[in-house]
Amino acid sequence: MIVVLLIVFPLVAGLLSFFIKDEKSVKAWALISSVATLIISLWSLTQPSAKLSFDAPWLQMLNSRFTVSLDGMGKMLTLLTAVSFPIIFASTYSNKYKSPNAFYGFMLLTQAGLMGVFCAIDLLLFYFFWELALIPAYFLCSKWGGEKRIAVTFKFFIYTFVGSLLMLVGILLVHYRTPDQSFAFSSLQHLNLTLGEENFIFWLFFIAFAIKMPVFPFHTWQPDTYEQSPTAVTMVLSGVMVKMGVFAVVRWLLPIFPHASLRMADIIMILAVIGMIYASLIAIRQDDIKRLVAYSSIAHIGLMAASMFTNNATGMQGVMFQMFAHGINIIGLWIVIDVIEQQTGTRKFSELGGLAQRAPTLAILFVVMSFANIALPLTNSFVGEFLMFSSVFSHNMILGAVAGVSIILAAVYTLWMIQKVFYGVENGSTAIAFQVPANTKLVLVILVIIVIAFGVYPQPMIDLTNDTVSKLIAQIK
Amino acid sequence: MNTFSKLVYLVPLFPLIGFLINGLGRKALSKSLIGMIGSGVILASFVVSLGIFFEVRQTGFETQIVTLFDFIKVQAFTIPFAFQVDALSSLFLLIITGVGFLIHVYSTAYMNDEEPQHFGRYFAYLNLFVFSMLLLVLGANYVIMFIGWEGVGLCSYLLIGYWFKNNNYNYAARKAFVMNRIGDLGFLLAVFWMLNSFGTVSYLSLFNADNGIITSISMINSPAIVGITLLLFLGAVGKSAQIPLYTWLPDAMAGPTPVSALIHAATMVTAGIYMIVRSNIMYSLAPTTMTIVAVVGLATAFFAATIAIKQNDIKKVLAYSTVSQLGYMFLGLGVGAYTGAVFHVMTHAFFKALLFLGAGSVIHAMHHEQDIRAMGGLKKRLPVTHITFLLACLAISGIPPFSGFFSKDEILAAAYEENKLLWVIGVITVGMTAFYMFRLYAMTFLGKFRGTLDQEHHLHESPKSMTIPLVILAVLSVVGGLVGIPEVFTPNAHALQHFLEPVLGRKHEGGHALDHATEYMLMGISVGLATIAIIYAWNKFSKNPELNEPKGLGNLLSNKWYIDELYDTVIAKPMIAFAGFLKSGIEKRGIDGFVNGIGKAIQYSGRQIRLMQSGQVGSYILLMVLSIVLMILLIFYGNNLNPLFQYFSKWM
Repeated sequence: MIVVLLIVFPLVAGLLSFFIKDEKSVKAWALISSVATLIISLWSLTQPSAKLSFDAPWLQMLNSRFTVSLDGMGKMLTLLTAVSFPIIFASTYSNKYKSPNAFYGFMLLTQAGLMGVFCAIDLLLFYFFWELALIPAYFLCSKWGGEKRIAVTFKFFIYTFVGSLLMLVGILLVHYRTPDQSFAFSSLQHLNLTLGEENFIFWLFFIAFAIKMPVFPFHTWQPDTYEQSPTAVTMVLSGVMVKMGVFAVVRWLLPIFPHASLRMADIIMILAVIGMIYASLIAIRQDDIKRLVAYSSIAHIGLMAASMFTNNATGMQGVMFQMFAHGINIIGLWIVIDVIEQQTGTRKFSELGGLAQRAPTLAILFVVMSFANIALPLTNSFVGEFLMFSSVFSHNMILGAVAGVSIILAAVYTLWMIQKVFYGVENGSTAIAFQVPANTKLVLVILVIIVIAFGVYPQPMIDLTNDTVSKLIAQIK
Repeated sequence: MNTFSKLVYLVPLFPLIGFLINGLGRKALSKSLIGMIGSGVILASFVVSLGIFFEVRQTGFETQIVTLFDFIKVQAFTIPFAFQVDALSSLFLLIITGVGFLIHVYSTAYMNDEEPQHFGRYFAYLNLFVFSMLLLVLGANYVIMFIGWEGVGLCSYLLIGYWFKNNNYNYAARKAFVMNRIGDLGFLLAVFWMLNSFGTVSYLSLFNADNGIITSISMINSPAIVGITLLLFLGAVGKSAQIPLYTWLPDAMAGPTPVSALIHAATMVTAGIYMIVRSNIMYSLAPTTMTIVAVVGLATAFFAATIAIKQNDIKKVLAYSTVSQLGYMFLGLGVGAYTGAVFHVMTHAFFKALLFLGAGSVIHAMHHEQDIRAMGGLKKRLPVTHITFLLACLAISGIPPFSGFFSKDEILAAAYEENKLLWVIGVITVGMTAFYMFRLYAMTFLGKFRGTLDQEHHLHESPKSMTIPLVILAVLSVVGGLVGIPEVFTPNAHALQHFLEPVLGRKHEGGHALDHATEYMLMGISVGLATIAIIYAWNKFSKNPELNEPKGLGNLLSNKWYIDELYDTVIAKPMIAFAGFLKSGIEKRGIDGFVNGIGKAIQYSGRQIRLMQSGQVGSYILLMVLSIVLMILLIFYGNNLNPLFQYFSKWM
């Protein structure tokens, strides 16, 4: 029942939010309910797997069931979702939104959708939650976004809609090829497909997931959307929602189409590695902090995409670990960027500089987060990237070495960002009384502690997803 | 009797505590307290290191592994967070904490003009650096070494850019980090290769004399070993500033001078040498790599020395001199003189730290003037600095019985044995070294004072906390060579070689195969050449200091062979331009153009289709008929995706 609670609680909380007209109350409500979800999630970590499954009839005429269950990967990602939302709400607590009730309502609905995606074991149910997570996100971008929000949301919508459509076609095609005409995960593993069918349907699913991650060349919605969305939404999109794509590949694509996954591995890995270098190079030329971090994120996700297809337990562990690490780190970066934007009114490097003098604590926290972003040892992402690079290298040395160039480029653009924002002399936009809200500082300190703690002692997180990895590797073999 | 070795984790722990206290309390603590904590923790580490050293020296000491916990454990491999105590690591512990402590003490006076919170930041960074450096040498496997390896790079970055308001300093810091990262990538790829081929990165499992994985393969020059050693060497090239990645080190002089002494002379930049000595068993199996190491080292030694001849910034001369001396160490490694390289690391740590601290004392006295053309005649006003600096110059020039003579001689003798040409270039470089060092010495301390009246007025010897470290380092620079007296003088006097035997094995190195007459001759030539260069430089630059802008070759040298400009034109600018092309060409016009094109096409067709609703019954009937035909075709033939699947079955 805990699993159901994880999904239903934010869902109900979100629906209720729409009716709380008072701004202060709705903010408090969103924060309290997300903390409650976090408590449920932490509670679920202590439970044995047997207690974390739930099954009930749902759409019986389609033979789809409400089957939800949590394995190691599910636990980790529901935890990430549950941790992210209170952090996002707390760090943006002082931000003002028009119609706050709807804003927080949509945010919590997105959380419910994400929880559902990470728990569902029935493919149609998964698709339902996938859309439940996305649709509120469209509203959040289009209503609360920046100047170009309409055009950008349209692009975001087209991209993900095309992906969803391809996936829906794929779902229907595999549905008819299951032995018992169902959507259950266990039946989907016994598909009766010819070679050509498997390859074809593989791509339908993969493109849907690749758009979500995003993987080169399906990524151009992402920098625009990150730039135009309100920062709280950007945090959800980049911290948690991109993991839907990675998760979906691991949960569904690899086990359902094991042969096609092996056959397509090289093409996808090459695409992913090209994307890593490509996005890193473009990041060097950005003048907007949000866009720089967006491209940096594409590069990091590219490494995950490459490692997923190495068919190697080490790489898979790295992907698991990095999903959590990347979520925490990028949310940390967005928090600082949001503070800077709120206080100075700009995100352009050309208009910033010397902030370390005004806000030394913020500078330190940002520098720690940035170095976590470039995977410095003893930060969490070193562990993930180490495992992933190791698997790509053992798959193909040349590919591993080329992918490795991105760690040099990451240093180039990340240090450039630190320098342009915090170092040097102050200029017009930054020579102001700079006030970092206490709640933001506190949240950042918590994030920094998480970053260092899992960077020094990563084993518990690695062990958490051990079961998923060994099962998956056995399924593909 | 391994009490201290069991407590080895205390050695890095103390500086870590110092980092946390100074970092978090930098606004609350007073400057004297910050200085005391910052230096005190290093002294505590030094005391423990001393205990460890004496334990390791005892006969019958066996390598100790102290495991704290499993850092990363996956199916394929386990990487423990473990420390290794043996001769090599204990020696480096002493150098790092010993020289480190002196430099911390020196810093308390040198940095005294800073505001308390920045003073605290400085000591926090410095403690963090020592912590990382200790991890680097203590790690029992390559991953822990890599943690320290990137950690020292981070601290170097933070300290070069310590005065962060100055953007030139920030550029220098960034350049250092990025160039180091190029090397780090090599290191990391080598680690992956080892994990892939051997399944472990622990030194003992790889190199143990009885059952080590690498020890048991006797394949010379196998691709894996050559590949791994070359990639590791790439790491060393970055960290230890060798050709082609050396250009960050001279720029790193933007940091405070004690930082240059500690990080960019005595410790961090020697990490590459430590790493190769640690991997000596692997390198000995890869003669190809060894040749490359020797050639790169010697080329760097020579090339950097030519640049040092024409530099006028007191710290820049010392920086190029460091690059050059590091080149010697790599030459030593490349010809198999591992002990010689470690020996030179040690003596270099003494005299180069002394030179930098002396330079710091001069800069302090001259109110941040670094140009030697504006100095001169400081001999009388800075007596302690002058004498200690002179001793260090003699040591680096290889004049007996100063420490540099013994270590350099050992490397050169081994080079002679390997290939006479290596020796010839090495000895020419010895001459150049003596020349530029005494050019620096004479222009700084001899002749007449050339600075402003105001500066002359304020010239003063530095306070005790700065001069005492100078004196201690001067003593070490003079006598430090005695731990490695070559066989030719007295048999069995090379204490360092005996000490390092458990790690390096009993090898004939340092000219053991040469007969005594040859060895005396080699020494004589290099000492003679150095002496001539010293006398020449002393006379020339004390009487007419070189104040004019150089022409011809001199201009080329003073502009560092235009290497920075070359890198900028050949690498940096094209990369930026390519990135710009990707950004505006491929991303905007290409991919986004395509996506937006589809969007426009849909809108366009929407507009066109709308026109069909014209209200004329005839066209509606025509459309209806066409649709029915299409539907019939689809029902009979279209419900068959086989041609599509056929196409996809070709995707193998």
